[in-house]
Amino acid sequence: MVENRPFLNFLAHLVLILGVTIVIFPVYIAFIASSHGPNDFLSGVVPLMPGPHIIENYSTMLSSGMTSSGAPPIGPMLLNSLIMAVGVAVGKIAISILSAFAIVYFRFPFRTLAFWMIFITLMLPVEVRIVPTYKVVADLGMLNNYGGLIIPLIASATATFLFRQFFLTVPDELMEAARVDGAGPLKFFRDILLPLSVTNIAALFIILFVLGWNQYLWPLIVTTDQSLYTVVMGIQRMAAVADAEPRWNLVMAAVILAALPPVLVIVAMQRLFVKGLVETEK
Amino acid sequence: MQTKRTVFPNKVLPYLLIAPQLLITVVFFLWPAATAFWQSFLRQDAFGFKTNFVWFQNYRRLFADPLYMDAFGHTLVFAVSVTVLSTMIALTLAAAAMRVLRTSRIYSTLLIWPYAVAPAIAGILWWFMFNPSIGIVAYTLRSMGISWNHLINPDNAMVLIVIAATWKQISYNFLFFLAALQSVPRSLQEAGAIDGAGPVKRFWTIVFPLISPTTFYLVVINIVYAMFDTFGIVHATTQGGPARATEILVYKVYFDGFIGLNLGSSAAQSVILMVIVVALTAVQFRFVERRVQY
Repeated sequence: MVENRPFLNFLAHLVLILGVTIVIFPVYIAFIASSHGPNDFLSGVVPLMPGPHIIENYSTMLSSGMTSSGAPPIGPMLLNSLIMAVGVAVGKIAISILSAFAIVYFRFPFRTLAFWMIFITLMLPVEVRIVPTYKVVADLGMLNNYGGLIIPLIASATATFLFRQFFLTVPDELMEAARVDGAGPLKFFRDILLPLSVTNIAALFIILFVLGWNQYLWPLIVTTDQSLYTVVMGIQRMAAVADAEPRWNLVMAAVILAALPPVLVIVAMQRLFVKGLVETEK
Repeated sequence: MQTKRTVFPNKVLPYLLIAPQLLITVVFFLWPAATAFWQSFLRQDAFGFKTNFVWFQNYRRLFADPLYMDAFGHTLVFAVSVTVLSTMIALTLAAAAMRVLRTSRIYSTLLIWPYAVAPAIAGILWWFMFNPSIGIVAYTLRSMGISWNHLINPDNAMVLIVIAATWKQISYNFLFFLAALQSVPRSLQEAGAIDGAGPVKRFWTIVFPLISPTTFYLVVINIVYAMFDTFGIVHATTQGGPARATEILVYKVYFDGFIGLNLGSSAAQSVILMVIVVALTAVQFRFVERRVQY
């Protein structure tokens, strides 16, 4: 900073450490709870130090889960979440990059109309039009399958805009040179545009993966078949019965397992994530 | 609309390229939205045998319904609390991180990960901490003589969902504030220091006005987040209770549509929410346009 003030630096560290503590504390408590046996909660307050049952609890959750309370094992739920998150991310990127390519590199009738039709999806979050969207999906026979989980969520105006903005900054000379060399639009797209977009695609993938993994309302209404539950919505079913049959250790093990994959992705890919976030939102 | 100086001459190819996205947009966005609009003017009997066109009756009933007005009130309290708390905390943390720039990467990593936690999971984490029988926070509050039970006390339940939603949103706001603070020219700060302004005065008279566009953007985004992305928090913790005290608008759309099966009312609520989103998005875009010149 501008001048040296040790006290202010100390205060800054203090504020940050306090902030980090508050941010981490709930997860710490959940992790501690997941390492205890069921009887350790009878004293009336959750313990603060790790217990000895950590491996036992996690392997129980992964293999059998809380089947007695009507929730499927967590292994298959994690797999469903993974399929959904990757499906949503890949689907959104694929259809967005193609339509951005069409909008930027071609001139065709109804181009502006198409652009605005995509734009308007920004304003229609799934939470808002939930009943009619459910009805459409039901009429198409897409309840209780991966298609119904993924496809209605893959239209994305923000991803289209991001690619459009990026394509507009790609020098025109590249395309002219490609045309002089006799390359058609698809060859140009595959050999030049796609390699140039790799960083954008990767950054976007991280954000969309997290978005897909964390979906809650949509899987809640389109899946009634237990074998298709995703982990984030499945946890609510476990927590709902946890009060009747106190198995907090198992519920918290499930919470940790459900939160871990997207958190790991973001921490590992921090730089790309920040780039993607700042670019998509602005 | 902006385009390239030269374009490919193909006539059919662009339609093929854009077709998948348009198809999904029409089938899963525009058609349901239009259906919601149409349905908001209809009234169906309980068995679905008869459907009448009732003009604005669904809307009139909604606005005459004290429960809907209450849901508006809860949403307002919830959205304002979450927005104010999460921006203020994030700004404080970002300003602190700017002071200790050398170590701020470590702090950022430790602060940004709640972005990746699902709202429903965030809700469960705090719900567990506030659990009246075994929760650590409820226990601490009790030992301080404050009774806590979000299962029966409406105010407690509202505090619970505000805390969970704020906790999750701090990381997002922190990143944007940090980026904004880093773009403030150092020379301005130095000039202020030479003129004898202390750090606090410099922050409010030089730095804060310069980051005010980001603040405004975040306020809009946070309102949108609190209104539309927090369904999971409410559904996984309080389910709108106790006594409907935490029933926010998106929860009520779901509840009336899927649990109450009152399709006309749910559709009318959808349309009202769409109007709110359109208004918020318009505000946001006007701001983005101004920002480009700025």
